Amino acid sequence: MGDVTRSLTLDGSEQGFATTRTDALLGWARKYSLFAYPFVTACCGMEFMALTSPRFDLARFGAEAPRFSPRQSDLLWVVGTISQRQGPVLKRVYEQMMDPKYVMAFGTCASSGGFYDNYTTVPGIDKIIPTDVYIPGCPPRPEAVLDGLMLLQDKIARNERRPGVVKPRFDPVQDAHGLVQLRRSATDARDLLPELKEREANADREP
Amino acid sequence: MSQIVLDMLKERFGAAILETHSQVGDDTAVVEPSQWKAVCAFLRSDPALDFDMPIDLCGVDYPNRVPRTEVVMHLYSISKGHRVRLKARVGDEDMDGAEIDSVTSIWAGMNWLEREVFDMSGVRFRGHPDLRRILMYPEFVGHPLQKTYAADRTQPLIPYRTEDEAGMPIQKIEPFGPDEGMPFGRARILPAEEN
Repeated sequence: MGDVTRSLTLDGSEQGFATTRTDALLGWARKYSLFAYPFVTACCGMEFMALTSPRFDLARFGAEAPRFSPRQSDLLWVVGTISQRQGPVLKRVYEQMMDPKYVMAFGTCASSGGFYDNYTTVPGIDKIIPTDVYIPGCPPRPEAVLDGLMLLQDKIARNERRPGVVKPRFDPVQDAHGLVQLRRSATDARDLLPELKEREANADREP
Repeated sequence: MSQIVLDMLKERFGAAILETHSQVGDDTAVVEPSQWKAVCAFLRSDPALDFDMPIDLCGVDYPNRVPRTEVVMHLYSISKGHRVRLKARVGDEDMDGAEIDSVTSIWAGMNWLEREVFDMSGVRFRGHPDLRRILMYPEFVGHPLQKTYAADRTQPLIPYRTEDEAGMPIQKIEPFGPDEGMPFGRARILPAEEN
């Protein structure tokens, strides 16, 4: 750093110093070096493969390195349904991870048990281990997972441990305006979208 | 298609074949439970029948019937190309006496299937070499595919985190409702004042 009497400037002089807080610096360092432990149990694993492949490229976020030992990883991806028999295994894997450790619930089953509301399935991994980010979807699209990862990185940078949920970009019911709708019958579609009616009326008027 | 199988069974066992029916090519014989093993041995060993492949074994619970549980077996003959379905009705209202002979000595492959029926439906197989649960864990109480088993009753292997431990409410948080993913599923019965 050299001269400590001047603060760091951005003019390319490579002189001076910068101030920060230790926790902010640690959070900044941690959020781009997540070592993942994929705990993949079900069909969501297919989307997880897509996510780590070059098309969606998890490596852009510094979270692509898998470590198949919980002792070397700090991000536990719980991908898929957790049955009651797997519960103790999941808890042991989580307990073997070093602090600081983060947990992603990938998909509806990991987040809430999904439609397996019966004797077999843990109704959400948060019943067993603390969970940082929930990603709904059955399975979630890779974009939703990347949203969740960015949410997690934001949480890490802020030292925030409250859980977060990936929200849809738009609600297909609330934000139906301008979207094409499933046409159950010709009259239904016109009822759903008044614009269609106008467009048809205008089309009639034009020669 | 394999009416001959039913005819041979009726000829050989008479009153022990309680009823038979054939529908769209499927032939079913309901067998007296005490004759279960003898019928199976006959089906396996008779050269004209030669049922050498056990397809499936399952239990079906009819809570309003006595006997309550049906043990259903599907058999196939590779050499003859015909099939038959056997049923035996066992157990009273409380599943007392829900016992039937094991056929693992006839088809070794029935071993795990009988364990599954024991695990899920609670039918005990006399003479089975190793009648343990196969899908559920040993600590599990009851048999989940019996209709008397409450649909949403879980038996966790490790205790769930309490809200004190978590320091936050850990009921299903938004947007996950209590009936998440089950729009067609069980209707939740609301307390009277909320209705």
